Amino acid sequence: MTFITPKAKHGDASDGNLGGRLSRLDGPAKITGSATYAAEHQIDGLVYAVTVQSTIAAGVVTSVDASAAEASPGVLLVLTPDNIMPLKSATTWAGTPGPEGPFLALPRIVSFNGQHIAAVVAETLEQATAAAALIRVTYEEKAHVYGLDDPKAGEGVPIDRMTMSRGDAVKALAEAPVRIEQEYRTPREYNVAIEPHGIIARWEADSLTLWEPSQWIDGMARSYAEWFDIPFENVRMISPYIGGGFGSKALSLPHGAVAAIAARMLGKPVKLVVTRPQTFTAYGGRPATRQTLALGATREGKLLSIVQHGVNETSMLGVAVEPLGSVTAIMYAVPNFSSRQNIIPLNTVTPGALRAPGENPSAFGIESAIDELAYEVGIDPLQIRLLNYAEEDPQAKIPWSTRRLREAFAAGAEAFGWSKRSPAPRSMREGKQLIGWGVAAGTYPVRRTPGEALVRILADGTAEVASSSIDMGQGTYTILAQTAAEVLGIPVEQVRVKLGDSALPRAPVAGGSQLANLMTGAVHKAAHAARDELIGLALNHPGSPFLDQQTNTLTIADGVISTPRSEQPAISIADFMRVIGQEKVEALRDTLPEDKKNTQDRYNNFTTMMAMKPPTEGGYSLHSWCAHFVEVRVDEDFGTVRVSRMVSALDSGRLYNPKLAESQWRGGIIMGIGQALLEEGVVDPRYARVINNNLGDYLVATNADIPDLQVISVGVPDHHASVLGGKAVGELPIVGVAPAIANAVFHATGKRIRDLPITLDKLL
Amino acid sequence: MKNFTYVRAGSAQEARTASALAGSMILAGGTTLLDLAKCGVAEPDTVVDITHLAGLDRIEVDGTGASIGSLARMSAVADHPAMQDAFPAVTQSLALAASAQIRNMATIGGNLLQRTRCPYFRDAAVFPACNKRSPGSGCSALGGVTRNHAVLGTSDACIATYPGDLAVALVAFDAVVHLGSRATPVDDFFLLPGNHPDREHAMDRGEIITSVTIPLSAAARRSVYLKIRDRQSYEFAAASAAVGLELEEDGRTVRDVRIALGGVATKPWRVRAVEAALIGKVLEPELVRQASLLSMQGAADHGANHYKIDLAPRVITRAVLQLGGLA
Ligand SMILES: Cc1cc2nc3c(=O)[nH]c(=O)nc-3n(C[C@H](O)[C@H](O)[C@H](O)COP(=O)(O)OP(=O)(O)OC[C@H]3O[C@@H](n4cnc5c(N)ncnc54)[C@H](O)[C@@H]3O)c2cc1C
Ligand code: SF4
Repeated sequence: MTFITPKAKHGDASDGNLGGRLSRLDGPAKITGSATYAAEHQIDGLVYAVTVQSTIAAGVVTSVDASAAEASPGVLLVLTPDNIMPLKSATTWAGTPGPEGPFLALPRIVSFNGQHIAAVVAETLEQATAAAALIRVTYEEKAHVYGLDDPKAGEGVPIDRMTMSRGDAVKALAEAPVRIEQEYRTPREYNVAIEPHGIIARWEADSLTLWEPSQWIDGMARSYAEWFDIPFENVRMISPYIGGGFGSKALSLPHGAVAAIAARMLGKPVKLVVTRPQTFTAYGGRPATRQTLALGATREGKLLSIVQHGVNETSMLGVAVEPLGSVTAIMYAVPNFSSRQNIIPLNTVTPGALRAPGENPSAFGIESAIDELAYEVGIDPLQIRLLNYAEEDPQAKIPWSTRRLREAFAAGAEAFGWSKRSPAPRSMREGKQLIGWGVAAGTYPVRRTPGEALVRILADGTAEVASSSIDMGQGTYTILAQTAAEVLGIPVEQVRVKLGDSALPRAPVAGGSQLANLMTGAVHKAAHAARDELIGLALNHPGSPFLDQQTNTLTIADGVISTPRSEQPAISIADFMRVIGQEKVEALRDTLPEDKKNTQDRYNNFTTMMAMKPPTEGGYSLHSWCAHFVEVRVDEDFGTVRVSRMVSALDSGRLYNPKLAESQWRGGIIMGIGQALLEEGVVDPRYARVINNNLGDYLVATNADIPDLQVISVGVPDHHASVLGGKAVGELPIVGVAPAIANAVFHATGKRIRDLPITLDKLL
Repeated sequence: MKNFTYVRAGSAQEARTASALAGSMILAGGTTLLDLAKCGVAEPDTVVDITHLAGLDRIEVDGTGASIGSLARMSAVADHPAMQDAFPAVTQSLALAASAQIRNMATIGGNLLQRTRCPYFRDAAVFPACNKRSPGSGCSALGGVTRNHAVLGTSDACIATYPGDLAVALVAFDAVVHLGSRATPVDDFFLLPGNHPDREHAMDRGEIITSVTIPLSAAARRSVYLKIRDRQSYEFAAASAAVGLELEEDGRTVRDVRIALGGVATKPWRVRAVEAALIGKVLEPELVRQASLLSMQGAADHGANHYKIDLAPRVITRAVLQLGGLA
């Protein structure tokens, strides 16, 4: 269990309360190494598991020769398809029943290269690793499909819920005076968190304790409970710190099941950390996507129609949809629109969520295409965006709650100096460096799920906040302390926040950029209730100095209770608690609707995504918005692209802590630069295997690739979006970065790159 | 990773004796060895640690040239002022290599002996065919993904790129590798894959690199290492060139020029044909562009790496013109 004790500099009103630029409370623990990550926990009697992954992409395991491994020093157990304990199928994140039949963590049927098919448990990690290398697997191999370009891939399966339309898009396109039609592609991309996926599993009778990095304690705990057919309450999941997730640590995965099975069979705690190469197939990143976009417009650049058809890859095992129409549908005021999407099953691990799933590749398509249209009709890329500005949600036909995109364009353009841009491609240069300026917009919806929190005022006047929500670096510890401090009227350093433990009050997934909004809402509510109770005691308790004060309320500021109109009496919370002999005052509150508080609804709310409200529910369309302005320098001989300057203006509504929000924005922008220029899971078609499965070969941006990033907040509090006025922060900033860079590259070189990443060979 | 015996060598001779045994390997900075052990390519029975041998980390620069002990760290050489003065291409090749952490650990001897980044070489469980790893087994790269594979010096047996940077600069300036009692020019030290891609160096079991010497030259003093890649740091070269230039008194005519390529060949690749085409000529851009194309004589691509054939001559051109004050 982790207690985070703030160490704020006091005296500056801005450093503590909500809206202040408080540094991350978990920062010192992380910098000094005292923060304990899942795999670092020291557990008595720990033994070590290592998995063996398939070396073919499709087929059946006909036999596993484990004799050498079993005879190897220190080996305690070898798990194979022959002896793997079948588990119950678990409910999906969507709340739908899991696949038919038992769940086999080490299946006999191989559906992708790099699938876990065996595991060795030994006294030491080295023994397990050495023994794992001795396992001999024979397969009956079948033909595989390696990727979207495989002739065997076919057209795929239409996903009806992705079909959208308004007006008559095909007819309007045919009649449009200006038409452009292009195909845009994004490759397979990986979350590559620095902390690899790993777990420690320990059984005590029918109770299972798991130390595992988790973006969703309650959802993952439910999967383990269902797999092993034990009560949800018997699963204790602990995850106080997470070394990056980006969407990849929200669901329980087969390697976790292997560890828990081994722990159960051996009666010993088992640690299993997948190796870096294994992470590339132990979870799925962003699927490869391909979309065709046809834009019809007037000669002045006013959009008349958009026709979109997208596909993304999925696995042979599961349906993963990367919604390619999500930004296309709402970014511009286009009267005629149609979009449909297929998924193509092939031999890969089931793709997962990676920062802004859907919005990210969707924006790459539409924000590249609108740029192409701007050149086609000869107007400024920023102007064409303003010309087609959507004043309301063009798809849902309801008002935006807030849409400060125009302000974002204005602020970004001003700071960037956009007006000095010379319009023609290849018209700006410095020596051998072709200079290009590009712009693109991004958006991310406001997702909403109820949360729960406990706020407890202690006898010493300090307070605790507790929730099973998590902090993977985005700042949950800090902003929840700020929220509680503000409501309770105590200094922020007197608030301790406990997170990342399924024994605490419940929370839904830390995904979809929803957590900050829903948890500040829950903490706000619980803190108010605790404060009200404290004030109630102060007004009514026989021992209270306020008993005869003829007042019906009291104020609390800086940890001192007083009456609103006079200086005296005044008493610190700690003294007051002593006077009345109270140990604590606490309130547990949730933000569930009154008719959804029964046990099953609560359970579903926190352990599935069933209760997540769409951004258009409630009469307003709720979204965050951003505009990215990029300068690139492209070496005309070498084709190397360097981002030399970047300004982004973002509307995330109210920022609970601008320092942390800006840091998230910058992080997303950095990831976007890597996506635009470097990231690609390279698949060998003959083996359907990702061959650059390590951080030396799978390239993410380094510091040297990142210029100074100016971020500007243009948001205003949006109380339709959330209790305290915030909108989505974490996933927004990556959306639109890649097209802004591709647009800048076109401006620099006159070459339009429609498939990411923009590597030098494409520009030679 | 397999269990191994750890031996700490007390002297160079002890290291030679210990490493002469089959299955034993020298440990210097360990940044290649550990990496390859983790992916199962290196499976030593014995690891002979030489990092404590005295005197092997010396860096000396005098009027005749430089002598660099094999245990000198990459970062120490890169940051050495006299080296930077006399051999800019050498220190730049080191500063632009790997990451700061690796440069602080890795040694000059180990650097020369780093292995290819061919992904098929590194993944034995999935790609058993690799002539470099197991002679005669075939080559998984042929017909596979070849974006980073070599276009020069390849054979039917292997098309793996030599990935290092330092050796490229050394080859350009006629450096010599010292193996204790004998010495060999760097250019001869690295072998072409031919039918034996497993044999990469003219060095026998039980030999260790003791030092590298580089003769002083005007071309070395006026030199540059130009490394082109998608990522601005911590990436191997898509193509690189180590170039040194000496001009006649007129400041325009080439008296001496040294050119070697990296990232495109199976070994550090000296391009004497380009040098010959430039020596005695007055530097001007078109001449250099044309001469640079000679570097690709005999080049053969495998599809995805074709861009290297276009890229490498441009890297040479830029480097030469830059040194000549024309770019
Ligand atoms: C992710 C990554 C990126 C990299 N990027 C680059 C790059 O951009 N450019 C570049 O040039 N390099 C790069 N490198 C390679 C790096 O420079 C080498 O790993 C390093 O120089 C090796 O030195 P070491 O001392 O650590 O060698 P070790 O790992 O200790 O040894 C390497 C090999 O040489 C043998 N050996 C070592 N010293 C001697 C000796 N004195 N005599 C005989 N045999 C010896 C060892 O037995 C072993 O086989 C990169 C490496 C990694 C992991
Ligand atoms: S190119 Fe060389 S190293 Fe790569 S697989 Fe072929 S033989 Fe092995």
